[in-house]
Amino acid sequence: MIEVRKLNKSYGPVDVLKGIDITFDRGEITAILGPNGSGKTTLIKSILGMVIPNSGEILLDEQNVLGSWRYRDKISYVPQIANFPGNLKVAELIRMIRDIRPGAMNHEKLIDLLKLQPFLDKKLVALSGGTRQKVNLVLAFMFDAPLIVLDEPTAGLDPVALILLKQMIAGEKAKGKTILITTHIMNLVEEIADKVVFLLDGLIYFHGTVAELREKTGEGNLEKAIAAILRDSYA
Amino acid sequence: MLKILKYSFMDLMRSRWSYVYFFFYLVLGFVLFFLNSDVTKAVITLMNVIIVLTPLIGTIFGVMYFYSSREFTELLLAQPLKRKTIFAGQYLGVSLSLSMSLVVGVGIPFVIYGIFGSAAIWDFSTLLLVGAFLTFIFVALSFNLALAFKDRIKGFGFSILMWLFMAVIYDGLFLLSMMIFDDYPLDKLALGATLFNPIDLSRILILLKLDISALLGYTGAVFKNFFGTGLGLLLSLIMLSVWVLIPGALMLRQAEKKDF
Amino acid sequence: MKIEKLLIIGLLLASSLSAASRTVGAEEALTSIGEAMKVSAPGDTIFIQPGTYREETIYIDKPLVIIGRDYPVIDGMNKGYILEVRSDSVTVKGLMLINVQKSYTKAYSAIHVYGSKNFVIEDNKLRNSFFGILIERSKEGLIRGNRVIGNAVTEQSSGNGIHAWHSDRLTISDNHVEGMRDGIYLEFVNKSEIVGNLSRNNVRYGLHFMFSNDDRYLQNRFENNGAGVAVMFSKRIDMRQNEFALNWGSASYGLLLKEILEGEIVDNTFHRNTIGISADGASKITFSHNNFDNNGWAIRFHGACYDNDITKNNFRHNALDISYKGPINGNVFDQNYWSEYAGYDLDKNNVGDVPYRPVKLFSYVVNKTPETIILLRSLFVDIINFSEKVSPIMTPDNLKDNRPLMKPVEIDDRS
Repeated sequence: MIEVRKLNKSYGPVDVLKGIDITFDRGEITAILGPNGSGKTTLIKSILGMVIPNSGEILLDEQNVLGSWRYRDKISYVPQIANFPGNLKVAELIRMIRDIRPGAMNHEKLIDLLKLQPFLDKKLVALSGGTRQKVNLVLAFMFDAPLIVLDEPTAGLDPVALILLKQMIAGEKAKGKTILITTHIMNLVEEIADKVVFLLDGLIYFHGTVAELREKTGEGNLEKAIAAILRDSYA
Repeated sequence: MLKILKYSFMDLMRSRWSYVYFFFYLVLGFVLFFLNSDVTKAVITLMNVIIVLTPLIGTIFGVMYFYSSREFTELLLAQPLKRKTIFAGQYLGVSLSLSMSLVVGVGIPFVIYGIFGSAAIWDFSTLLLVGAFLTFIFVALSFNLALAFKDRIKGFGFSILMWLFMAVIYDGLFLLSMMIFDDYPLDKLALGATLFNPIDLSRILILLKLDISALLGYTGAVFKNFFGTGLGLLLSLIMLSVWVLIPGALMLRQAEKKDF
Repeated sequence: MKIEKLLIIGLLLASSLSAASRTVGAEEALTSIGEAMKVSAPGDTIFIQPGTYREETIYIDKPLVIIGRDYPVIDGMNKGYILEVRSDSVTVKGLMLINVQKSYTKAYSAIHVYGSKNFVIEDNKLRNSFFGILIERSKEGLIRGNRVIGNAVTEQSSGNGIHAWHSDRLTISDNHVEGMRDGIYLEFVNKSEIVGNLSRNNVRYGLHFMFSNDDRYLQNRFENNGAGVAVMFSKRIDMRQNEFALNWGSASYGLLLKEILEGEIVDNTFHRNTIGISADGASKITFSHNNFDNNGWAIRFHGACYDNDITKNNFRHNALDISYKGPINGNVFDQNYWSEYAGYDLDKNNVGDVPYRPVKLFSYVVNKTPETIILLRSLFVDIINFSEKVSPIMTPDNLKDNRPLMKPVEIDDRS
């Protein structure tokens, strides 16, 4: 589905990605993990075309996507911080994104599901962080794109919404979509992820299933497994 | 692009600052007429204000809008849109909404006080045209600076510095160099230096309309020939357009290469 | 003595008694004006019927009254002067004079008055005349209501509209002169009055004084000339209620004063001139109750101007009010109205409580380097002007109006 080849990216003197090679398959949920500054967000943004890599290739369905823009029609993206033009109302924002990017279908269902009706006429500045994140989810999930990228999607969500999010992700997976997710909540990873990518200093330290990761570190708990990796790397 | 333009425009049109800007010009227009009911005089005073203020407001609004809409920009970047489309749309949205505030804000009092029946209608139109040009130019310049600096404080600082340079320092250096080299023929130099600063260019363009051309012509044949003809007017307008196009193109080029 | 006087009076009476009236016209006994001159006696009145008369120079050598009916056309056929007035007490009225020879050596004119007293040139129309009306060594003449219209392009190939030389006590009034070199030119002309003329679109000056003293000119309008009025090397010229407008062009001005002593400039209006008054070597002149509106410079003082009194004038919306060179030299600025004055009047006596400095730093800079005018009305220039206003360094400390008025002065300008 999506293939990253020898991806390099540096910000000035800092090398953030040092030759990443990875393939994400259709119908799989991959959690991208790693400590702060390991290159998770840079990798995701490279795939989205928001960060321009120094070298390497990114192929989506065997098509090189670097420098082009139409392929983004195949991606739904939930960004990390949900900040929108403050003067817009929720309904207007949704209408606007639908206007800019045709093909949205189930926004009404999502609004119902996430109980956003009372907020539709409110301005975005007036919303709480959690509500804004819900709006953010609507904006991404209302499109039927084969690749879904979620950057810290749980931020600010209440438990009820979290359960809904998990259901939504599971539903999309069932449709055979490729899903990439970054998060710091290991429970979520254990619960939904098929595979884990662990990035460390711009390199792939580990790519495999959760079970394989446990095996490799010898720790039963994912959180401890991660901690073990970090301990080793800093030692 | 038109969609982005539309939304940026609508977003700004609703912002408090647009209203402040709009009402400022509205009040200015009425006060000018209240003080001297002569349209021509009002145009002259208005010129002084517009020449200084539109670049400043364009700069500040440009930087402010760019930084505050950063997340929104990122949201758009993740959509199947060209980067050029996004930035050109936002740029035009900001520039147009500011120009609108200017044209409508100043226009209302002038229309009420009978600009259409007055001979000053052309001076007035030139003034608004120049004001719009300056807005477009300085929004483009400030977008460039905002793109170049991730740090808001730096971006803001450099933008204000740029305005200060164009509005004041440039003329100071210009004046000094003319006084130092006053044994040499200066008129071509002066003419050239004017073309390279959009604020000076706009000022001259309006002064030409207000018939100061003869005063300028007093100093030499080059001025007289240049400013006395339609060629001067045409060239000034072309230069102003270049001043919009080059920073605009640079801005888009920078946006293409930038990481978000 | 007495007998002589009586004799003269007697002769005059006799001639007037015997005065005849003759008529020239295509259907009359006299068909040519030249012929009429020969047959007429001093004191005769000659009427000229409508029509066109092709004449070579007509000599008028005796007191005659010549009156055209419906502006008969006298065509000089480009051969020298048309009318040569060489006698006292000649009246020329109601003629249309056309086609005077052009020359680079002689000042050919439509009407040439030489050595005459008590002449009247009235209500004539002059077209394509090289010089219009030329007065030399004459006295006590009246030149009134004539229209001199030319199409001059350069100074070299054109003549003056009304040109007087070595003459005294002339009255030049209500004429309209357009498209000549100088509208009205006076050289060695004393004690004369120039009243109510309109002089416009002339290549050089609207009105030009050279070496002329004790003259008055009032209620004239000078418009769109190369320069409005030039007063040079003259004394005691009285200038009142004139209008100097639209003398707008490079090196153009409303009024040029060069080497002038003791004049009065009162109740005039200077409107939209590149320079309102350009003064060079002008001393002991009173400037009062004038309006200076929308000029580039209101007044430019070049060197050697002493003891002038600039009081109770209105300076409104000039790009630069005063340009000044050198020390103060006893020139006084007092009780003027300056539209740019930003002071206050706490005691409400219509006099500002802080002095006004009419010379801006920028006008010094422009004096030194004229090209810097291109920075007019820029923010930088406003800033340096302001700082100079707060703490003067370059401008003479005592060049200021200590009693600037808060309201414009009432001015008695004809309008």
